[in-house]
This record gives sequence, C-alpha cells and structure tokens, in this order.
Amino acid sequence: MRSLRLLVVGTLLHAKHLSRSPFEVTIALVVPVVQATLAVYLFRAGGEQHRLLEAAVGAGVMGVWSSVLFGSGGAIQDQRWQGTLEMIMLAPRRPVLIILPITIATGVVGTYALLTTLLWGRLLYGIRLEFAHPVAFVVAAVVCVVALGMFGLLLAATFVLMRNANALANTLEYPVWLVSGMLVPITVLPAWTAPIAAVLPTTWGARALREATSGGPVWPSVAVCLGISVLCLALGAVALTHVERRARAAATLALA
Amino acid sequence: MGSEYAIEAEDLRRTYRARTGWLRPRRTEVEAVRGVSFTVGRGELFGLLGPNGAGKTTTIKLLNTLLIPTSGMARVCGHDVEKETREVRRRIGYVFGGDRGLYDRLSALDNLRYFAELYGVAPRDQKRRIAELLDLVGLAGREGERVEGYSRGMRQRLHIARGLLHAPDVLFLDEPSIGVDPVAARELRRTVADLASTGTTVLLTTHYMAEADELCDRIAVIADGQIQALGTPAELRRRADGRRVVEVEAYGVPESAVDAVRDLPGVRETAVEARGALQLLTVHSDAHVDVQSDVLRELAGIRLGRVDSREPTLEDAYVAIVSAS
Repeated sequence: MRSLRLLVVGTLLHAKHLSRSPFEVTIALVVPVVQATLAVYLFRAGGEQHRLLEAAVGAGVMGVWSSVLFGSGGAIQDQRWQGTLEMIMLAPRRPVLIILPITIATGVVGTYALLTTLLWGRLLYGIRLEFAHPVAFVVAAVVCVVALGMFGLLLAATFVLMRNANALANTLEYPVWLVSGMLVPITVLPAWTAPIAAVLPTTWGARALREATSGGPVWPSVAVCLGISVLCLALGAVALTHVERRARAAATLALA
Repeated sequence: MGSEYAIEAEDLRRTYRARTGWLRPRRTEVEAVRGVSFTVGRGELFGLLGPNGAGKTTTIKLLNTLLIPTSGMARVCGHDVEKETREVRRRIGYVFGGDRGLYDRLSALDNLRYFAELYGVAPRDQKRRIAELLDLVGLAGREGERVEGYSRGMRQRLHIARGLLHAPDVLFLDEPSIGVDPVAARELRRTVADLASTGTTVLLTTHYMAEADELCDRIAVIADGQIQALGTPAELRRRADGRRVVEVEAYGVPESAVDAVRDLPGVRETAVEARGALQLLTVHSDAHVDVQSDVLRELAGIRLGRVDSREPTLEDAYVAIVSAS
C-alpha cells in the first residue's frame, strides 16, 4: 500500500514539476501539432478523409512517446543537473519505486500532446471527434500512458549509467514511432520490421487507440500492450537495481 | 542499538577511474581517499576538515552509500555500507551545501511531501513532522512558495528540513554553510548544535574553522585523501604550540620575497592569501624566535598595511597540519 502511495504521490508531483517547465510544455504541445498538420495533409492527398481523426490521434501518441523517451533520458539527466538524483537514490526504497513515478509522469505530460492534437483537429480542420468506442478510447489512453511509462523505466535503467543519455534518445525517437505504426500502417513497412513492431508496447498502444477510434477489437491490443509493459517493468526493475550498484561504483550519480 | 559507534571507517579507499578520447582512449586514475580510518560515537558531533579536493565529500559519500569503496570497510549504526545499503539509508540523513538538490518548480511543502514519501515517513505522521521541521528551520509561512524564489539561505534550511524528515540517527552535513550569509550561518550552527544535543550523530565537513571549533566534539583534518590529524579542537590547537604567527598585509609581494621570508631562520611555514588588491602574508615561526623584524626587512620597499604578531589559533594549527602533509 505504501509503495502504491509512493507511486501515486511521486507521479503527481513529478508531473506537476514537469508541467511547470515552459520548455517541456511547449515541446509537448508544438511538435505534435506540426506532425499532425503534416499527417492531415498527407491523408487528404491520399484521399483518406475518413482517417483524419486517426491522424490526430496518431500524432498525439507520437507526442506521448516523445515525451516518455526524452523524459526517461532527460528527466534523469535533469535529476543529475538539479542535484536531486543522489537525493532520491539515497532513499531506502527499491530503485524501481523511485524512478517509475518519473517515467510515468513523462507519459502524463505526453497526454497534453494527445489532447492538443484532438483539439487542434476539431478547431482548425473541423475533424469530428466521433470515436467508435469512446470509453475504450479513454481506457486505452490511460493504459498507453502507464505502459509507456513502464517501457520508459527500462530505458531509464540504461540512461542512469550514461552521462550523455540524450544522444541515445535522439536515435530512438523516429524509428520507434515509424515501426510502431503510430501514423503509417505497419503493413506498408518492410517485413523485417514486423518482429520489432510486435515486441514494442508502443505498437500495441497505438493500435488499441486506433481501434478505439475507428473500430476494432480494442481489448486484446490493450492486454498485449499492458503485458509487454509489465515485462518491461520487471526487466527494468532488475536492470535498475544492477545499474544503481554500478552507478555507485562508477560514481555517475552526481555531475562530478 | 547494535554497534557502540554510529560510524566506523576502516582503511577506506576510493579511486576514480576515467576514460577520455574515442580513437586513442586515455585512462586516468585519481585516488581521492587513501586509507581513511576513524570512528564516531553515538551522539557525537564530528568534523571533517580539509582543503578543496582533500577527499571530504568522497569520504561522506562512501559512508552514506552513494559510492562503493574501492577497498576497506565502513559501517553506520553497525550496518555495512556496501552490503546493507537499505538498512544504512533508513538511519541516515544527507544535507549538502549549495543551490542544487531541490525541485525548484515545486513549493517547499511539495518537496517535503515527496521526500517524506520517499523516505518512508508514515502518512499519518507526515503533516505533523513537516510542520515541525518548517518551524525548526524558520520556513513556516513560506512553505507554499516555489523553491525557485527562495534565497540561498532559505534553500539551505529547506535542505536541512528534508534531511531530517525521517528523524535519522546519523546526519551527514557536507559543507552546509557554503555561500550562506553570516546570520543564516549562525542560525544553521545553532540548529546543528541543537540536533547533536538531542542525540543525533552529526558528521560535518566544512572549510570554516570557526564553525568546526564552535560545534565539533572532535575534528579529523583530511588532506591528500588521508587523515593528517584527529582530536578535539583543543588537542588540534596544541599542534601549533611552540609557534608564533606574524601576519602582514602587503600590496604586490613578489615570489622572491616570499622565498626569502621562507628561508629565514626560525620560520616554519609561510602562506600568501590574495584578498582583493592586498595580500595577506602569514608567517609561522618558532615561538622563541622573533622573526617580525627580519620579515619586515625582507619586505623592504613593498607597500605594507597592518602588521600583527599573535598566538596561533585553530586555523593556524590547521594550516600547519595541512602544510606538513
């Protein structure tokens, strides 16, 4: 119960801290809108007017992913810069309970992107927000945020040891949203990308949201997304315990 | 309670290894702590004094589990810092000086709420504990403001409140008064003294001799990664017994003049400290030799300010110990 309390309080306070950063919020709002605009024009050019809502949702999910990806790398780097990384790692808790609220909080901040692209689609392009399964859409969105937060934890376990974690984050952003089919269907991608897509929680999260938007079996995708994420969480928790010890040996918790 | 000591360090060593360059990587090794051994009794206020880069912070981080020793052993409240990390962390608080280490865009209250959760303060006790600590550090009434608007002194007080949330048995204070104004530093010293009087063991590192002298039961002087002297402030002060100190304020003392002073008969150490436009030349000599006139002769032709001859202080003892290392 106390662990759950720590997760909830930690997530809320980290989300509050991130939400007060003009830089974080601007990035979370502007980039997805630009991507959504490009997507709308591409879909219109391809004569797929009926998929404009998917474009808005897809761009929003890209925003959530970017927020989690850079959040996991950047937030830990931020903790280093603020001098808080040592203070939080010094707590008598499992490292997973300390870092998971940060990565989930970056997912929560990512939902600003999803909300913005939907609002942008409605106001600017008159896209009607008619979801095939509205309740399932909300559930899938929440699961997607939490799942990506858990996936972010696995990334964070790697980032703790790297002083320049942003370099790795930069190389992962576009390939993952492309392979996960957030905007472009994965069926049009080369066959060798399919196994990669299958193991990424982003693929199933994006698929669940797409199915909730345009119709389809939402719950299996939600379940697979959650299953893979829980596996990532377990792997991340083990990895984090290991890397925390290595960080103490290599003296990489502080800046100097 | 387990061990009779709050802190035990036995031949602690820590080497930092770094690699630079991609094509031709160069490995460098720095031995920051080289065989440090000491014990701190329960409820004792113990000072670790030393120049920059002496190994003070590394020693603290070895003891508070942030770093793993390269070799040697350390225990806090009887628990091994390497193998029983969580047991140690439950019993310690860590406060360091400077601006960093807080969530600036959150209020002091949010910072304390978060760290109370992290450090396992029972939910039913949190509100009362936070209120007590805000009162103790004089931030009551300002807790709703964002930390980014706080002065350095206020941040430092918030650091202390954070470090005390879970009522630790042992408190590590790493240069807590750095950059804090004299009034705030005096309040800080009072808070630390109060803590020690209520039974909290405190390990304090500081540059400020007066602070160490006023607060500490015992002091270890560390330089070059090793303990050079250990004792009560009075015992350390005796290290400078048999000495006399001449201080000369001067403007533009050339290196050759300092060398000439250093070579004078009876002179043990000389140090030059730049203080804006003037330099303060401190000359330690044997007590029975009056070197003042000889020093002034060597400085002939140089513009001088105040000249003073006095008994040695703890600071002089510290300089003598560090210079001898």
